[in-house]
Amino acid sequence: MFEWYYLSGILILCGINLMVVMGLSLLTGFTGLFSFGHAGFMAIGAYVSGALATMLHVPFIPAILCGGLAAMLVSFFIGALTLNLKGDYFCIATLGFGEAMRLIFNNVQFLGGARGMTGIPMKSSIEVVYVFVVIGVIFMWFLIKSRHGRNMIAIREEELASQAIGINVFKYKMESLAISALYAGIGGALWAFYLGYINPAIFMLTKSTELTIMVIIGGLGSITGSIVGTFFLTFIPEIFREFAQWRMVIYGAAVIFVMAVRPQGLLGGIEFSPTGIIRWFKTMPERRAAKAARQAAKAKAETAQGGES
Amino acid sequence: MSQFLQQLINGLSLGSIYALMAVGYSLVYSILNFSNFAHGSVIMLGAYFGFYAMTLLPLPFMAALVVAAIGCGIVAVIVERIAYRPLRRRNAPGLYFIIAAMGGSIFLENLVIATIGPTFKTYPQIFASTAFKIGDVSINKLDLIMFVIAAVSLLLLVFILEKTKIGLAIRASSYSSKGATLMGVNVDKVVFVIFLLGGVLAGLAGMMFGMRFTVYPTIGIITNKSFIAAVFGGLGSLPGAVIGSVLLGMIETFAAGYVASNWRDFIAFALLIIVLVIKPSGLMGKITEDKA
Repeated sequence: MFEWYYLSGILILCGINLMVVMGLSLLTGFTGLFSFGHAGFMAIGAYVSGALATMLHVPFIPAILCGGLAAMLVSFFIGALTLNLKGDYFCIATLGFGEAMRLIFNNVQFLGGARGMTGIPMKSSIEVVYVFVVIGVIFMWFLIKSRHGRNMIAIREEELASQAIGINVFKYKMESLAISALYAGIGGALWAFYLGYINPAIFMLTKSTELTIMVIIGGLGSITGSIVGTFFLTFIPEIFREFAQWRMVIYGAAVIFVMAVRPQGLLGGIEFSPTGIIRWFKTMPERRAAKAARQAAKAKAETAQGGES
Repeated sequence: MSQFLQQLINGLSLGSIYALMAVGYSLVYSILNFSNFAHGSVIMLGAYFGFYAMTLLPLPFMAALVVAAIGCGIVAVIVERIAYRPLRRRNAPGLYFIIAAMGGSIFLENLVIATIGPTFKTYPQIFASTAFKIGDVSINKLDLIMFVIAAVSLLLLVFILEKTKIGLAIRASSYSSKGATLMGVNVDKVVFVIFLLGGVLAGLAGMMFGMRFTVYPTIGIITNKSFIAAVFGGLGSLPGAVIGSVLLGMIETFAAGYVASNWRDFIAFALLIIVLVIKPSGLMGKITEDKA
């Protein structure tokens, strides 16, 4: 159905999206902070790494890491300003940050302005992208299972209560934001090295929205959910490519539909893990037996009722 | 001095259009407590409705304005029925509403691109660009009409909210929708009316915005600035939305006039963050407290 060249392109795009979505998943799904400005962090990663590679001839991998670190540095500043905002106002502030970032890159002529930056070596191969993704998933997995991850989940569930039991809410929110900015910066840098050309228009608000939608459709509070959501929503527009603009109409309708029917997302709060899958298969006979017993009991109750009336 | 006055007038007319749009965001926020991002797309549709009413049907300006207003009112109500009502029935958290709103906005925007196309459209020029002159200050005729229509419709809105029965119900629901329900207010009806009102104002604003600039499917990105204005004044507060809009209009025109026009949008967004940092619920917003 697909040529390998085309398919690998989509897979690279999936990997890059996944990198950013994982970071966003930590912030949104596990810490409960919604961001509409992650395209801004991607833009920082992309521009910093791109500038390092084209102007200072920094090698590929260090340039990408620097891109990620630059996004993280900016996130400390942004976090210090906005993390005390409540609910909707935080997400509006991040929206403002994302757009402000794009407009800065749009106006700084040194970085190409609205024309964009060209001549970035196209080095993001599928192997490199997936090495980053695998490292990212493993790190995220252990982070979630650690004390840090549990504290973040506590903040998501009940901010006031977690403060009362002595969790430094601001510190963990900041940690979550910084790590998610690091992921977004690396994702943005990988994207720049994949496209070979970046301009501010690709980091519009719609990109941030797309990322948040991937997290939500995948399911809040689930890393595997984010992976499924990312692959699902990156492939869908590609499969419907022949329908041109109509595919985005379908996309919008699908988002409304999922929200109306299954707002917790495809895998909200559910994780797939090797041990979990093994356990699922092992307990299958038991669950079957339990189900059969339940049905038998129900049938018995029904006949008993029928007898009475 | 004359340049200052000139910018002041330009800012006022731009701000009045922002106010029409921002009031729609604020009305919805005051009742349902979420930011209705599909509002920008409804404004965009208003610009298209007005454009086709004036070019295809050829209707006169005022009739086209009515067509745009009614069309947008209907669209806003339909969006509420399809996207938000299932969520309201389940008492879903505000964030699901925002995502559904973004889905709605993607849907409407791309529906227009798929059916009409992404090209720019320009309204026929019906108001001669000759301006009134008062001393050195010139006033564009369209700007004046924009300002008058915005002011009249905002006054009408205030009248509806303050003097009618449904207005009382809306105000009651914005204090406490649970309490209002207990007093016999039909919240479904209130939600219907606020989306209708927001949509009608969006239609007016969209058409005039389209006449002032151009019409294209992603116009919603620019109208997002009216959302900033609503945040500026404090979400959920109508006077806040109007004051925030006028301030934003002024700041933008002054920034374009005295600083540099390509930094205009940046200044708007930077200001948004600064206002939120200094006064986290906007100039006159509802104070949301932690529920312990």
